[in-house]
Amino acid sequence: MSTPAQMAAKAAQQTTVIPRRDPADARKERSFAFLMYAALAVAGISLAALVFQFVSDGAGALSWNLLTNFPSKVSPETSGVKSALYGTIYLMLLTAVFVIPVGIGTAIYLEEYADRRRWFNRLIEVNIQNLASVPSVVYGLLGLAFIVRGPFSLGRTLLAGAITLGLLVLPVVIIVAREAIRAVPSSIRDGSLALGATKWQTIWKQVLPGSMAGIATGVILALSRAIGETAPLIVIGAAVSPRFLPDGINSEFTALPIQIFAFSKDNDPQFIQLASATIIVLMVLLLAMNSVAIYLRNRFEQKW
Amino acid sequence: MENMTEPAESDPAPVIKHAAADPSSKSRLASAAGEPVISVDRSAEKIFECSAVTVSYAGKLAVEDVDIPLLKGDVTALIGPSGCGKSTFLRCLNRMNDLIPSARVEGSIVYHGQDLYAKDVDPVQVRKRIGMVFQKPNPFPKSIYDNIAFGPRIRGMKANMDEIVESALRRAALWDDVKDRLKDNAFGMSGGQQQRLCIARALATEPDVLLMDEPCSALDPISTGKIEDLMIELKKHVSIVIVTHNMQQAARVSDMTAFFIVDLSAGEGNRIGRLIEFAPTETIFTNPADPRTEDYVTGKVG
Repeated sequence: MSTPAQMAAKAAQQTTVIPRRDPADARKERSFAFLMYAALAVAGISLAALVFQFVSDGAGALSWNLLTNFPSKVSPETSGVKSALYGTIYLMLLTAVFVIPVGIGTAIYLEEYADRRRWFNRLIEVNIQNLASVPSVVYGLLGLAFIVRGPFSLGRTLLAGAITLGLLVLPVVIIVAREAIRAVPSSIRDGSLALGATKWQTIWKQVLPGSMAGIATGVILALSRAIGETAPLIVIGAAVSPRFLPDGINSEFTALPIQIFAFSKDNDPQFIQLASATIIVLMVLLLAMNSVAIYLRNRFEQKW
Repeated sequence: MENMTEPAESDPAPVIKHAAADPSSKSRLASAAGEPVISVDRSAEKIFECSAVTVSYAGKLAVEDVDIPLLKGDVTALIGPSGCGKSTFLRCLNRMNDLIPSARVEGSIVYHGQDLYAKDVDPVQVRKRIGMVFQKPNPFPKSIYDNIAFGPRIRGMKANMDEIVESALRRAALWDDVKDRLKDNAFGMSGGQQQRLCIARALATEPDVLLMDEPCSALDPISTGKIEDLMIELKKHVSIVIVTHNMQQAARVSDMTAFFIVDLSAGEGNRIGRLIEFAPTETIFTNPADPRTEDYVTGKVG
């Protein structure tokens, strides 16, 4: 004999319209989620280990002297990274001066003017994609052969370094700027043109302001990649531990990654410690730039 | 066929009446087998005189052989099923099709006696005289004030901008809604307000024609009603050509109506838009000459 409650439960079971959850499905869901978290953990843990490593190694050597003293090859106590820090900042600014107009100009051409049915426009597009993945040392060789020596013969100068790094990050800037420009809906262009604006007025007063946040974010991220680069600067022959500041665009220079490289090659453990401290300086600089990029994106990004 | 003499200005409010019961209207259609029926007062002042307008995209015909005179001071509605080329045709009138590289416009469109497609005509100058409002409101991501001021500014108007902005907003019946927040971003407005802003923006440059491409299709009935009232008010100064899917709307606001169809005789892949009938709105809705018009406006097809 079953109780009324049991009978009701049974009736309810018989009229189930939606099938019950398959336990195998639930298992699959969980194991997939686990794999995703594991992948995240690999990235997170390696980053944390790296940060922990150089902070614990280098924190002892961090001081204002590190930033205000020139490097010394003999006395680690008084050695600093002043020339490299200034060099990196100058290099970054000069790279920006080169890469911003050229990168945005190229992006405007490709998005607003280029007829994609033409083979050479497609060729340019494909090549920009490819250039973004060319190893940086190749850009160093290019800079050495064409800018430091060869046709331009600028020597091992700040300008040569900035142009080389500019060429390196130019594809990235172009790609990001194109995406930002493409994100401006065509209805905005139509609206502007229908009011009798010329194509140039439409680009200058509607498209560029609407994509500026995206472009600025991309430029900053590209520049932060540029100042972290070591290989091209070594190839074009940046100075090692100079005890002077660059006094113009035709001056020799060094940069933080080169300084880190120079310190870490020394046998004296105190210099190795300085290398870690310099890494902290570089990381703080990079994080600051990336924070600015994130701020700009959140504050000014246009929601369409 | 071209002897209708309804003065467009004095049209009474059009009444929608099912004309299917009237067999006499059917008898007229034999002659309408090929040629569109154009019933218009040819002596009235025209803004556009379109002849044999044909538009193709990448070699595929979109709309063929449109012959239509658009009269000054009228609201002209272009109606017809999707894909019949009415928007394509509308975009010829201010040379917006020039922006599509594969588009080709043939035939002639004469605007106040001047060929719009003559070699020495600058499309930018055309668009300065002929304003356009789009299907989806497309305010610029700027303040309400700057949205209105954009047009006057790009043509270097140095007059009192505050006055221009206020008068444009007043004409679009938007001034009272927004006068206290002119510096606010236009994206914060409702859809209906945004569309009226777009109308105000187009009016700020003092066009003599306003082209409207389904301006209410993204709006609720109340906003739609406001825009329709606005059109009736605006036609005192501006001629309006409106594309609409909403036949009640065409009946309510327009003086003249052009009916287009999709011609599938070239195959399903070759949809060609054709003008079937152009007549005073009341005639189109009560006593159309072509049975296809009648079937469409009475809801039998489409």
